Amino acid sequence: MSFLKKSPWVLHYAATSCNGCDIELLACLTPLYDVERFGIVNTGNPKHADIFLVTGSVNEESRKVVENLYAQMPDPKVVVAIGACALSGGIFKDAYNVYGGIDKVIPVDVYVPGCAARPESIIDGVVQALDILEQRAKDRKRQRKMVAV
Amino acid sequence: MKPYAWSLGFAFILLGPVVGALLAGIDRRLTARMQARKGPPILQPVYDVLKLFEKDTLVVTPLQTLYLWGFLFFMVVSGFILFLGSDLLLSLFALTVSGIFLCLAAYATNSPFSNIGSSRELMLMMAYEPMLILVPLGFFLVTDSFRVSDIVSGSPWQVIQLAGILIGFLFMLTIKLRKSPFDLSSSHHGHQELVKGITTDLSGSDLAIVEIGHWYENSILLGWLYLFFAPWGPWIALPITVVLFFAEVLVDNTNARLTWSSTLKASWLVTVVFGVTNLALLPFIS
Amino acid sequence: MYLISFLILFSLIAGLAIAAAPTVGAQALRIRFSVGALALASVLLALLQASRGPEFYALGDGLTHVLDWLFMAGGVALAALLLWFCRRIKPREWYIPVLIVVQTGLMLYAELFGQHPEIAHPFYVDSFSVLMALIIAIVGGLICIHAIRYMHDYLAHAAGQHEAGDVDTAQQRPERSRSLFFFVLFLFLAAMFGIVFANNLLWLFFFWEVTTLCSFWLISYSGTDEAIRNGFRALGFNLIGGVSFAAAIVWLTHGPGLHTWELDQLVAGGSALALIPAVLIAVAGLSKSAQMPFSSWLLGAMVAPTPVSALLHSSTMVKAGVFILIKLSPVFHDTFAGLLLSLIGGLTFLATSLIAVNQRNAKLVLAYSTIANLGLIVMCAGVGTAATMWAAILLILFHAVAKALLFLAVGTTEHLIGSRDIEDMEGLVYRRPTIAAMLLVGMLGMFLAPFGMLLGKYTCFQAFLSMDVMWGDGVMLAVILAFGSAPTLFFWSKWMGKLVAVPRSAPPGSAPIPRDEAIALFSLTALTYIACALFPLADTGFVLPYTQHLASLGLIAAPSFAMPWETIMLMSIMLAGLFLMPLAFWLRPPRYAEVSAYLSGANVDGSASYRGAMGAERMVESRGYYLSGFLQEATMVRVGLIGCGALMFLMLIGALL
Repeated sequence: MSFLKKSPWVLHYAATSCNGCDIELLACLTPLYDVERFGIVNTGNPKHADIFLVTGSVNEESRKVVENLYAQMPDPKVVVAIGACALSGGIFKDAYNVYGGIDKVIPVDVYVPGCAARPESIIDGVVQALDILEQRAKDRKRQRKMVAV
Repeated sequence: MKPYAWSLGFAFILLGPVVGALLAGIDRRLTARMQARKGPPILQPVYDVLKLFEKDTLVVTPLQTLYLWGFLFFMVVSGFILFLGSDLLLSLFALTVSGIFLCLAAYATNSPFSNIGSSRELMLMMAYEPMLILVPLGFFLVTDSFRVSDIVSGSPWQVIQLAGILIGFLFMLTIKLRKSPFDLSSSHHGHQELVKGITTDLSGSDLAIVEIGHWYENSILLGWLYLFFAPWGPWIALPITVVLFFAEVLVDNTNARLTWSSTLKASWLVTVVFGVTNLALLPFIS
Repeated sequence: MYLISFLILFSLIAGLAIAAAPTVGAQALRIRFSVGALALASVLLALLQASRGPEFYALGDGLTHVLDWLFMAGGVALAALLLWFCRRIKPREWYIPVLIVVQTGLMLYAELFGQHPEIAHPFYVDSFSVLMALIIAIVGGLICIHAIRYMHDYLAHAAGQHEAGDVDTAQQRPERSRSLFFFVLFLFLAAMFGIVFANNLLWLFFFWEVTTLCSFWLISYSGTDEAIRNGFRALGFNLIGGVSFAAAIVWLTHGPGLHTWELDQLVAGGSALALIPAVLIAVAGLSKSAQMPFSSWLLGAMVAPTPVSALLHSSTMVKAGVFILIKLSPVFHDTFAGLLLSLIGGLTFLATSLIAVNQRNAKLVLAYSTIANLGLIVMCAGVGTAATMWAAILLILFHAVAKALLFLAVGTTEHLIGSRDIEDMEGLVYRRPTIAAMLLVGMLGMFLAPFGMLLGKYTCFQAFLSMDVMWGDGVMLAVILAFGSAPTLFFWSKWMGKLVAVPRSAPPGSAPIPRDEAIALFSLTALTYIACALFPLADTGFVLPYTQHLASLGLIAAPSFAMPWETIMLMSIMLAGLFLMPLAFWLRPPRYAEVSAYLSGANVDGSASYRGAMGAERMVESRGYYLSGFLQEATMVRVGLIGCGALMFLMLIGALL
């Protein structure tokens, strides 16, 4: 069994969020939801993180940052887009400076809808991301074996 | 040297990280409970490290891994010396070297966050070093030896004689364990001004080395604390030690962080007021 | 005996031959040859003398008489030469000629009037002086070799040339200043050999004054006003010590009690008889080894070319001061004067270690740390037990090797990167791997386990706590040592951190290190390692015989102390680890992907710049901590000066009363 599932560390970045989803996300860390029960830690550092949680749409200001943070995360990693803006740009979709959802810049694995997304659905999104993470780890291991053979 | 001592030394190499990991796990659980949370499983630190080994390692410079090896190596040597029953002062010196290697690893990555983190870590070392040196000196004055085996079989009154030293040591233990109010070099919690301080640019197996090193360090510090009560025998000494050790968690959760200058002043003041006074008065209380 | 005279005379003759060399190339060749001969002779002496007690040498009557006159005439000539140099003093330096006159007057008074004590043995060899001779010949010699190339570039720069050209093929006549420079270096080596082998105090004093003269000349070498002022300051402070030394000799000639001109008789006099002259000589030792309140001359000396700083002010000349203090150390055992001496050393150690944290100039860091380490040695000398003498001698050895390496490496670095600022050395491990590795070894040797300095500290702690002069004395010294070690750790690690930092932008191409400099640097790096790995050998070969001999004379308690084999084993494990880890890393480096440093995701050009406010690209800059707001250099210096001055005054008064 992979230990990735037992200790997912997350990185949270608000691309151009209105902070609604961010507050919901941080609510997950409070005693009411206490995601640390599952070993989830908010690291605030891409180099330690396994799951990249992005809120808000991507604009010119945040595009490079999202790319940089994604590049600095060690594999295996997954990306979870949280909230309507992160999914598609939301109500800002047609703004002149907005590119759209997060998937315009980096590959997104799990989409968590809502405006703002509820903590329960965020946790659900992370749990789904864990399965993808584990699958990815397995694939990588198999690939390594094939290379070795 | 007796086979018993050797077995204890090698037991440390194998079991030290296990004990340290458990201490870290209990620490996290206790912290959670103090914050009215349920908290992670006791084995969570072990899961974390095993996970880190499954991850890729990204480095800023390949040399950082070398410095981390140095950190782990000297940490193990320090603990080995301690549990072998050998020289306490030598063990402290090795511990210092190990700390410096960790700083070098962070300096090597040269990001502003790691830079400030390691500068602050050095500052903390400067703050606690005098007091930590006074601990072996105190034991030497009481038992006439730097050897751990002599200290363990010392007089049961030594903890009374060395009360000031013990207080000073507990103060420095807070720094050593990177607890608030002295967690200035690498906070346990993200989203702070230093990100993760020293460990900011370490990832994957590099970070795992740091974590394992810290487990060893936990065991070593527990061992140091135990020495004060050691002549009472393990059945009394061990519970006291563990309780004192976890008292640090309470301190951690009830204090805000200090600046480096107040940390330095406070720790040197404590060193002088408790440590030095205790040493100077020793001839009258033995 | 022959070897001793060879070492002293050969250095002198070699100096003359080098100064007379027809071309620069021939001069370089002669320097290398002389250094090789000196090193061989010293090693031969060490092999013959290792693990043996001291030997004293008597000279024939006629020879003694001639030499006596020669040394006296030399002393007067020296004073005349110094007075001649004094034509360039400023009005506020009036005290310098006065000191010269007073000192010469005292010496002549001692030599010409009254009953002279009989001198049976003007020269001697014991294992401690052999060790010193090894340091002088090998470390000093390597520094001379380093100086060949360094001075070549230095003079070329001074003459406004960009490329200095090769030394060996250079056919031009050496400039007068260059020839004189090397002559003075070798004269200095000769004088150092004289100091460590002379048993006749008058002769020892002559050699002592020669080193003062040499250091004055070498510090003023560049001829700038700053250099000349600093040279005079060094001269003035060393003369204060000289006057004190001369006063000791007068006391030994005309004073009550001990009536001798022999060093071994003086030491044998014990604290009851010999304390007053010993304290007077100790003042001379303090000034020579740049302890507070005399410390500022050594800092001023940093204006001199790097080989001079390395030779005079880190590894050999200042060692003359502590050498004499350690020689006299049995006299100080268990006395208040000794305790005060230790406190002077301790206060200097603490104050200069703290000041060193403030410094950005690499040479100043080295200078302050030199003073600090000498302070540590003085602390040991003042205690005067077998264990502290053991520690002090080993500290001298390790410090000489590591500090010479550091000084030369900083000098070479300065040539390579054009700066001696610590901040400019960022990323040296990547820009200049060899020189950085040498710097790192030197620094590890200065303060980290398992290297020698730490061994010394360890022994000091043990010895201090076993002291018994008054209540709390040992604790006081041990606490000073503990508090002084902490800033030491800070400033060295901070500097190491700068060296190992990965450069944020691509490193420029690298020119090789010149050959002569490389030879000296590689040898010293190897020596640092070897001295540490083989320290038990140095211990049984040179240090133990010395302390055992003193114990057999009943001057100190028998050395009860021995390093347990288990400690040695553990240290060897650490040393092996420090060697094997880089080796393993080099053989099988872990292959990890490289990524830029974390800059909150705003990286623009890798780790070098980030996107700041208003979309502007900003370079990343981060500097070390110098705590200049927290520790005021001026305040620390003042505290140190006043404190040490007061302690020294007390020491003198206490000994006289």
